[in-house]
Amino acid sequence: MQKYSIFNLIKNAFSNHQNWDLAWKDPTPKKEYDVVIIGGGGHGLATAYYLAKEHNITNVAIIEKGWIGGGNVGRNTTIIRSNYMYDDNALFSEFGMDLWRKMSQDLNYNVMFSPRGIINLAHSDAQMNIFTRRGNSMRLNGIDAVLLNREEVKEIIPMADFSDNVRFPIFGGLMQPSAGTARHDAVAWGYARQADSMGVDIIQNCEVTGFDISGGKINGVRTSRGDIKVKKIGLCVAGSTNILAEKLNMTIPVETHLLQACVSEPVKPILDRVVTFGAGHFYISQSDKGEMVMGGDLDGYNSYAQRGNLPTLQHVLTEGIAMMPFLSKLKMLRTWGGIMDMSMDGSPIIDKTHIEGLYLNCGWCYGGFKATPASGWTFAHTIAQDRVHKLNAAYSLNRFNTGHLLDEKGLGTKTWIS
Amino acid sequence: MLHIKCPHCGMRSQNEFAYGGDASVKRPELNKEISDAEWDNFVYLRKSLRGKHSELWHHISGCRQWFKVQRDTATHEIFKTVKADEDI
Repeated sequence: MQKYSIFNLIKNAFSNHQNWDLAWKDPTPKKEYDVVIIGGGGHGLATAYYLAKEHNITNVAIIEKGWIGGGNVGRNTTIIRSNYMYDDNALFSEFGMDLWRKMSQDLNYNVMFSPRGIINLAHSDAQMNIFTRRGNSMRLNGIDAVLLNREEVKEIIPMADFSDNVRFPIFGGLMQPSAGTARHDAVAWGYARQADSMGVDIIQNCEVTGFDISGGKINGVRTSRGDIKVKKIGLCVAGSTNILAEKLNMTIPVETHLLQACVSEPVKPILDRVVTFGAGHFYISQSDKGEMVMGGDLDGYNSYAQRGNLPTLQHVLTEGIAMMPFLSKLKMLRTWGGIMDMSMDGSPIIDKTHIEGLYLNCGWCYGGFKATPASGWTFAHTIAQDRVHKLNAAYSLNRFNTGHLLDEKGLGTKTWIS
Repeated sequence: MLHIKCPHCGMRSQNEFAYGGDASVKRPELNKEISDAEWDNFVYLRKSLRGKHSELWHHISGCRQWFKVQRDTATHEIFKTVKADEDI
């Protein structure tokens, strides 16, 4: 594999950049692999990469129905954070933050990680109390958290509505300065390129049609491009988890819902942080191209549509304009939707299953992108060692049965109420 | 935008309704010994199908009645709506 560097850039400039190696190959599936990862999104690609890098397992295939990075890793709002209150969530995502910081060097691919900080706005005294508590919990877990009062918030984001006649005045906010954004496609491509260079087969346009299971053990997977013999399968298919679960005769505590995001026309730099509205569900940041990147609520009913409906978008942008009135002057450039694997307590599942050799990674709700490296790292460990790592021990599949829920937001099982 | 036919009021826009989730879920019977697995099944486990899905909706800005809808989760086509106590 060619290293990406200034010298190679200059060298290739002489041949008009026509002679770069392909970033990854397009292999035909082999008859047998040690591990098959289903789903060529961020989490699947990261899992394959860490299987090869950390566990020396390179006879691995990633099977993707469409093209890699075409699902939620290409559809999110690129926010990376670890501002969780519960220990299990905090330690897991802070482990991920470390991987984010090293990612561009590690992958020799510029993922444009930009730790610009995230501010969660508070709009009441009660919310300030809750944020104080969350901030303290974060600091106890070694995560940076700063509680801001109204004046401090105003200094950082003067374009927000600080007038007197607003329905939800800004009382302050909780900031995690080390949070930020990254170039989402580059994350998928960087992992794919490195995994491929270590011998992982990335097989695109290949749909899983069934599983070969006997005696409670995985023996293989049937695909649209032939049967593959394999003893270990990692399922990393986010919004499509329920479709494959049906093929496995499993029912899992996840519902598939649609989440929309949108970007405005590009404007000059105005917002250098990620900001979330505290009286509803709206988040915003500005991309390097100048577009305002925005998102909010689920569409609110089970959906596999990968495209959204207008009422939710209207509702979300109303919140945005309430928070930052200048948004009403911007034109919308693009809107899109992705299908979320909404777990019943808002926390993910990374675990073994009752079928030997079948491993499950799902339930990421709105927060899958930021978890990409930590999810891949722990899932690779779980598959390679056939046991969960202490970082993902709490993300068990049977916690719903035993009552060990991780309901960070206290929303309960009605995932569509957000 | 969805257009949903409330079995009591007729065709209305999506804005008038609230979603209530999978209508095929059955609460365990009362006055009976219920296992953890049965509760797990009722409270947490969902098929969440791609395709025909029967679900509850609430005409919250209308007649305030709950009713059942059969809808395609990929195309959003609505095949049928019936009153809450009727089978879909």
